Amino acid sequence: MSILVDENTKVVVQGITGKEGTFHTRQMLGYGTNIVSGVTPGKGGQTVEGIPVLNRIRDAVDRFGANASCIFVPPAFASDAMLEAADAGIHVIVCITEGIPTLDMVKTAHFIGKRGSVLIGPNTPGIISPEKTKVGIMPGHIHKRGGIGVISRSGTLTYEVVDQLTRAGLGQSTCIGIGGDSVVGTSFIDHLRWFKEDRETKGVVLIGEIGGTAEEEAAEYIAEQFDKPVMAFIAGRTAPPGRRMGHAGAIISGGKGKAEDKINALKSHGITVVLNLGQLGQMALEVFKDSDTSLAKN
Amino acid sequence: MKIHEFQAKDLFRTFGIPVPSGKVAYTPGQAAEVAQGLPGPPWVVKAQIHAGGRGRGGGIRLTNSPQEVEKAADEVLSNPLITPQTSPSGQKVRQVLVEEGLDSEREFYLGIVIDRKLASPVMIFSQAGGMEIEEVSAKHSELVLLETIDITQGFMPYQARNLFYAIEPMPDKEVLKVFSAVTSQLYQLFISKDCSLVEINPIVITKSGKLVALDAKINFDDNALFRQKEIAHLHDPYEMDELEVKASQYNLNYIRLDGNIGAMVNGAGLAMATMDLIKLAGAEPANFLDVGGGASEEMVTNGLKIILSDERVKAILINIFGGIMRCDVLARGVVKTAKEIEIKVPLIVRLEGTGGKTDIKEFGS
Repeated sequence: MSILVDENTKVVVQGITGKEGTFHTRQMLGYGTNIVSGVTPGKGGQTVEGIPVLNRIRDAVDRFGANASCIFVPPAFASDAMLEAADAGIHVIVCITEGIPTLDMVKTAHFIGKRGSVLIGPNTPGIISPEKTKVGIMPGHIHKRGGIGVISRSGTLTYEVVDQLTRAGLGQSTCIGIGGDSVVGTSFIDHLRWFKEDRETKGVVLIGEIGGTAEEEAAEYIAEQFDKPVMAFIAGRTAPPGRRMGHAGAIISGGKGKAEDKINALKSHGITVVLNLGQLGQMALEVFKDSDTSLAKN
Repeated sequence: MKIHEFQAKDLFRTFGIPVPSGKVAYTPGQAAEVAQGLPGPPWVVKAQIHAGGRGRGGGIRLTNSPQEVEKAADEVLSNPLITPQTSPSGQKVRQVLVEEGLDSEREFYLGIVIDRKLASPVMIFSQAGGMEIEEVSAKHSELVLLETIDITQGFMPYQARNLFYAIEPMPDKEVLKVFSAVTSQLYQLFISKDCSLVEINPIVITKSGKLVALDAKINFDDNALFRQKEIAHLHDPYEMDELEVKASQYNLNYIRLDGNIGAMVNGAGLAMATMDLIKLAGAEPANFLDVGGGASEEMVTNGLKIILSDERVKAILINIFGGIMRCDVLARGVVKTAKEIEIKVPLIVRLEGTGGKTDIKEFGS
């Protein structure tokens, strides 16, 4: 199984006529994602890669039963795109866009929370349930279906981790990038809750980085309520305070958000933290050795 | 984006938040002239750099005559200011703020940030003004009061009262009116200018009973600068490292660090993880450089040129994980750069993921 998205997910691509939107629509179709329509206001009636383009999300829901969206809309308009999707009743909204103003996200997150939609991102590679569907921009071929859930704040770092897991023979149930911004739609804990209920997820790899306290909060939740093995990696042990390390959310401010604090919080709650990224795959075999990851084995 | 104190105080003035009379000066002579046009003595001469801890570095001087103002300004302007937050060699001071000196009776802390977990702005208030709020929070958390702000309601009058009536001993009730106005206006400023932090430390009640913001610190959300043109204008490139300025012109995420191993990586998370690996191996990274998750050949060339212009760099590690973007495209960028400029330091290239099996050679001196 998997969480949030699977082979039954019907995706609408917002901003499908843009360069990124078109490119990744082709990539997603190649992976087998069921894209039912695209939306670009004013371009309704066109087609992209054989996919019908509509003016409004509500039409994608009414006519094609879309229940997930993937957003490739420039930062200034991305909030509006997310709000439109939530209002139309889209269940899983994946916002790839990087560079959205934080205050826009504050308003958007509250609105989406009230509508009951699940927002992944923004500034995320998206979500993939290997060999079922991908809603995002990650390279599909490095993934393999299996029993490990992956939750991350990063993009290429996640690919690195997934690649190592796959090579070690550990497939993945679902991999989620929660986003590199300071305000994102869903947290580590939200996804851990869903993984907890997912029978085929046997263990979870959590990839955190400096900034905020989401990892510390996740550590507490895991210790108190999560009964599957968890392994973590935290990036940014060498990051200087006060500097934004690429991601808008990756900044140590006011003495908070340090990698060491996160690592210590995770360790003190009994969670294995990998310090050497190069050894992650091998360590994962060790951590998950008692779990039944039969799906993952060749 | 950060701005200087004098710029932040100008913004305070436009929002009706009381600040001391003062003006920026760029030369010692100008500073003395400014002082003579202000109420005083005494006058305060404050170094204008972005880094905090200026007082401890000798960047804030109390003076009693125009001659003293001139002398203080001269000293501050002619030596790099070293504070706990600058690099060890300090930061050059290009301007000073000259202000009337006020007698403060009580000092408080007032600030607004975004609480990530609650996805809401939160107002922070403390009776322990003048101290670092992080320190107060760690040692005397009971002295730090928080008011979470509902983004749809804004900062409400009751929230100002929640903070004000917690002050012990309670100040004169007349101050409440000003306090309510100041907190409300500070929130207006935070929202309308897309701030990521506003901080007044200290905000004081003077001996004559006036509430005044003695200091002012504002950081802005970089992602919102596209719609805050006037704010973007306040950017001071002199506060940035030269190479960082150059890198930003190429749209590269580059941060200069203290080590000697240059690193170039695609993606911010992997870039941080690679820096950590360098450290784990016993060396120190010379920089953070993210050429973008989907980096192009050109980005790689520009990134490599930036690293190579840092003379401290003794070796370069390139770590690329090809996703949708192919490694061989990036490899071509490296080869092209090597042909254009002489690379005198060892270059170690690791290419993994899509297109990573292309024949890549190691270049040496």
